[in-house]
Amino acid sequence: MAGVELKGVRKVYPNGAEAIRGVDMQIADGELVVFVGPSGCGKSTLLRMVAGLETITEGEISIGGRVINDVSPSDRDVAMVFQNYALYPHMTVRGNMSYGLKNRKIPKDKIRQIVEEAAKTLRIYDYLDRQPNELSGGQRQRVAMGRAIVRNPKVFLFDEPLSNLDAKLRVQMRIEIKRLQRRMNVTSIYVTHDQTEAMTLADRLAVINEGRVEQMGAPMELYSNPKTLFVASFIGAPQMNLIPVRFDGDALSDGVSRFPGFSDLPMDADLVLGVRPDILSITADGQLDMRVDLVEQHGGENLIYGTIVGSDEGAAHGLEICLKAGQKMLPDVEDTLQLGFDPTKAFVFRKDTGERLV
Amino acid sequence: MNRHTVITHFILIVGALFMTLPVWVAFMTSTHAPETIMRDGLQFWPGGHFLETYNEVLFEQGGVMKKVTALGMMKNSLILGIGFSVGKVIISMFAAYAIVYFRFRMANFLFWIIFMTLLLPLEVRIIPSYKVVADLGLLDTHTGLIVPLIASATGTFFFRQFFRSVPDEILEAARLDGASTWSFFIDILVPLSKTMIAAILIIMFVVGWNQYLWPLIMTTKEENYTLVIGIKQIYQVLNEGGELPQFQKAFALTILATLPPVLVVLVFQKWFVKGLVESEK
Repeated sequence: MAGVELKGVRKVYPNGAEAIRGVDMQIADGELVVFVGPSGCGKSTLLRMVAGLETITEGEISIGGRVINDVSPSDRDVAMVFQNYALYPHMTVRGNMSYGLKNRKIPKDKIRQIVEEAAKTLRIYDYLDRQPNELSGGQRQRVAMGRAIVRNPKVFLFDEPLSNLDAKLRVQMRIEIKRLQRRMNVTSIYVTHDQTEAMTLADRLAVINEGRVEQMGAPMELYSNPKTLFVASFIGAPQMNLIPVRFDGDALSDGVSRFPGFSDLPMDADLVLGVRPDILSITADGQLDMRVDLVEQHGGENLIYGTIVGSDEGAAHGLEICLKAGQKMLPDVEDTLQLGFDPTKAFVFRKDTGERLV
Repeated sequence: MNRHTVITHFILIVGALFMTLPVWVAFMTSTHAPETIMRDGLQFWPGGHFLETYNEVLFEQGGVMKKVTALGMMKNSLILGIGFSVGKVIISMFAAYAIVYFRFRMANFLFWIIFMTLLLPLEVRIIPSYKVVADLGLLDTHTGLIVPLIASATGTFFFRQFFRSVPDEILEAARLDGASTWSFFIDILVPLSKTMIAAILIIMFVVGWNQYLWPLIMTTKEENYTLVIGIKQIYQVLNEGGELPQFQKAFALTILATLPPVLVVLVFQKWFVKGLVESEK
């Protein structure tokens, strides 16, 4: 049993900047948790605190029930995969993978056996005697992973490991990481800013914003039941359409169109209506008028981008929105489409606090 | 060949001649008899006394006290050159390691203090240094010759810049891999600095080899003379007069004195250039 537990963890830099503002989290044994958030939100800092590369200002981090606040990184029994691989450039692949074991005074023939086994798993056996600069990006990433798995750690830490790879390789490696993690059944924390990567990899997802966990849960739960405006806007691609509205008693109004079907909302606050691109549809009795300015054909589906049209005084006039439609739907640029949506599938947030109301 | 390349080549050839002709003249003159040199001045073509002069210089005891050969002086120069360069590399790598990787108070301030000593040439501190070495009883020893010179601001600066360019993640990965302070230095930093070390070794070897003032005041016994001082001694004999000036020997010593640095640079040229232009990462 080697879960990870964070209790009231805070990080304040000597210059007073607060990077982590109180994080509580429990990660179960064998679980893969993804920290996702925009750059500068503190997700990497949090990971590095678990690794021991950053000090913990306040709170407690424990691995497998043991508090590791003051344990040195090498004794925490964690292994980390870095974004730029951080391979030792002067060592062969074998040297890179053996180095940690050598420092742990493991006998040479044992090291050889472990390294070769790991290399076979990762399909880099043929490259064992090459130098990192003779390898491609994907192979280097595998070596970095190999270096992590030979140590047989309690926890894997991944710090944006795929962001230096090209798109195709990224998808491939993503799948491999997931498989590897499943097979080895090691608790893992994975940091990324890419929400697709986060959604597809995670057992559970922690959306981090400004040093706090905004929401944590299974990917689909966060997608279909976001608690805050931030989570709603961050999770899902293309991004959710966010339309500033006010409630006038029986419908939401953006100054151009009215959206009926909502009730019990505060009338004195600025609200935001969140509608995912895939619940928007083109209907004759739609409430929204959109002028098309770009159609992206993705093969199986088309993404239609445009702006809301209405009176010039309307708050939502000119707002960019996006609609996901079938591959047959190919409007011309400058066409005006009428859009509608099912109000029960839309979200409403308070603009000031970001809290979700519907 | 267009006009541009003609001009470039012309400038290069003139420059090369300008650099090498004096060496050529020195070499040629050294192969003539002292009488010829006295009568006709510097010589441009080979003379017949090559073996004679060089044999005499290398193997026969010369100098004021007749106790020193060029071979002996060459040995002293080599010890100085190697001790000087190796010592400088070791000291400055340690200093740079401390400055870059350890957080201690006033690290930056201390670095700038070290850096400022670049502004002070040896000549400025030569009297105090001499006093210290003399009080330690190290005059006329190799230790006394080398140790006061091995602290190197230049080396420290180069290694500091190099270490700072090593990605932090390498250090972090090594920490997670359980590398101690020492093993990170030996296993990771030293191999990474290979070309850098080579470049600094070469530069420092040449600088050490060419040291003049310090060995001059440090050594009193002829058997401790370095080559560079030996040359000076011959000219001194010239000034004092009496015998026929031994110009051919002075030139022969000069030629001999240039050989080791030239050899070092030729042999390590590839590494040298590599260390200066690329940082292997």
